[in-house]
Amino acid sequence: MNKKQKKLLFRILISFALTALLLVVPISGVYRFICYFAVYLVIGFDILRKAAKGILNGRVFDENFLMSIATLGAFALAIYTKSGDYLEGVAVMLFYCTGELFQSFAVGKSRKSIAALMDIRPDRANLKTENGVVTVSPQEIRAGDIILVDPGEKVPLDGVVLKGASSLNTSALTGESIPRDVSEGDEVISGCVNMTGALEVRVTKTYEDSTVNKILELVSSASSKKSRFEAFISRFARVYTPIVCGCAAVLALVPPSVNMLLSLPAGFDIWLYRALTFLVVSCPCALVISVPLSFFAGLGCASKNGILIKGSNYLEALSKTEYMVFDKTGTLTKGEFSVTDIVSFGISQEELLRFAAYCECASSHPIAQSLKKAYGKSINRDAVRNIKELAGRGVTAEADGKVIAVGNADLMEEAGAAIPSSLPKGNSVHVALDGVYAGYLLISDTVKENSANALGLLKKAGIKKTVMLTGDNAFEAKRISDTVGTDEFKSGLYPHQKVEAVEEYLLQKPKRSVLAFVGDGINDAPVLSRADVGIAMGGMGSDAAIEAADVVLMDDDPMQLVSALKISRKCVGIVYGNIAFSLLVKFSCLALTAFGVSDMWFAIFADVGVMILAVLNAMRAFYIKK
Amino acid sequence: MKKIYNIEVDCANCANLMEKAAANTEGVLSASVNFMLLKMEIEFADGANEKKVMKSVLKACRRIEPDCEIEF
Repeated sequence: MNKKQKKLLFRILISFALTALLLVVPISGVYRFICYFAVYLVIGFDILRKAAKGILNGRVFDENFLMSIATLGAFALAIYTKSGDYLEGVAVMLFYCTGELFQSFAVGKSRKSIAALMDIRPDRANLKTENGVVTVSPQEIRAGDIILVDPGEKVPLDGVVLKGASSLNTSALTGESIPRDVSEGDEVISGCVNMTGALEVRVTKTYEDSTVNKILELVSSASSKKSRFEAFISRFARVYTPIVCGCAAVLALVPPSVNMLLSLPAGFDIWLYRALTFLVVSCPCALVISVPLSFFAGLGCASKNGILIKGSNYLEALSKTEYMVFDKTGTLTKGEFSVTDIVSFGISQEELLRFAAYCECASSHPIAQSLKKAYGKSINRDAVRNIKELAGRGVTAEADGKVIAVGNADLMEEAGAAIPSSLPKGNSVHVALDGVYAGYLLISDTVKENSANALGLLKKAGIKKTVMLTGDNAFEAKRISDTVGTDEFKSGLYPHQKVEAVEEYLLQKPKRSVLAFVGDGINDAPVLSRADVGIAMGGMGSDAAIEAADVVLMDDDPMQLVSALKISRKCVGIVYGNIAFSLLVKFSCLALTAFGVSDMWFAIFADVGVMILAVLNAMRAFYIKK
Repeated sequence: MKKIYNIEVDCANCANLMEKAAANTEGVLSASVNFMLLKMEIEFADGANEKKVMKSVLKACRRIEPDCEIEF
């Protein structure tokens, strides 16, 4: 609680106690009025002061003004009718202030939880210098410097591990609770917490360019675009209050005049009372506060789960997604090659793999890496001689007394090995031994473990169409598409053709629905910005992705898409619920008042009650389970 | 030129109105208030004196919400 809130709470408690006292102690006449009015001033002085200032500044119709008029009017009526019922004016002010306090407390609380969430800013770095280790602020470190990160410390800047091995807790960034193991040569991302061992890190980016700073900039950007709902609410608030005030004026003047014309008793006091009650209900606060609060809580909940959304408009758009277009590499697949099939002629599969791995043992090409990984055993390099890398074709070498050729069809022809014509297409690596064709290894991009599962869940959640775009050949594209289960795929696309493909789907999709493109943000920035919602995956370490996309998934797990969709849907659902509920209560309360069924007590309970319920409901968005 | 300022304001509706008031101030191209983060982003017109403009922005906002505060 801040100072302002404490002051307000104190005043509420004092006036509450005084009111209770006045209810018990019997005082009458002028003294009764003086006592009640004194309590009224204790609680309502600030509101009256603000209302007066508002009028001086030419701004009538704000909630302070309305509350002041309504409560002062209640006092005046009590004097006029000699009922001595001053309690109403005091009580209305008291409940109004209680509502305000509650609202400011709730907002402050959710602000704090978001702030705690974003507590990833590193405050120091241990710089290694010739004269030992000095602690400096991360901003002072330059790329190329060497820093030490002790267990328990945050990694202050992005870099590469030079010495040491440890587990890093990335949960503040990704929402993923399983630690990430790093050792020499691995990249580390700023904002992670080093858990087990000391690390020596060569810094690769300055603080400004580091992941942690990019994230903080994104999250705390005030320009975060507002959703349609928020725009609607602020427009609504602008017309709602004047309209209700106008109605109140009509209510106070028209029925009594009509009565007088019909020579009935005018009943000024009754209609004035109803008009004042109208004013109590006219405050649009429940709506105005709960809608942005729901979105704020929803965005907070998303970032808690490693999903950064750049504004509530994107959260809203995400909830309406019906078409989801995926880039293949790095999104549905890992972007790592692996051996998925081995077909051998005349020798065993194991033998074929061994020859291939031996032949490629010196190469660092991704395909060579995948062969070595598939082989899995250590390779005695001394046994391999005459290694020749033939650019664009493959490698030849000698081992076990045989001449091995590993590569594409051209190389096989060169080696004099005939490839059987019945072989399937795809990314295969052929092997020839002593000029005789020995078989091939099928190399493919590995599908992420969760891709198929995530796509299934997305379908279930109501995504109408899923499409995969890839630059790969049709054979490979079909295989991946079948494995993960996308509805359609387009293969052989160059980057600019991906933009065209997305444009095609944008025309095709139903109106009002949203098309989301999911990429890894590396070379699909134009596509990310062309789609209604651009989602970049694996934001950790890729600042290009963070800049280009509207939604950044910190982890590269496709299941996060399901979480993002779920959070956006729930959050927008809460917003709809709040709008409908508040309007319903307000309007029915107004109707009841106009017909004289409700009184001011009822009105203030409706006003404050709706606000408290709406705020509590809005806070739920922060606790959506993924 | 864009700049972000910390603000202090109690009610969400006032924040909306402050945004409008700031946007209508001379020397301001666009203004955006984020009530939840208590931040105001101002885009200044070319050649505007930041201090002077912010003074009139604060004045305009005070007319709406006497208790509001902008740090600049």
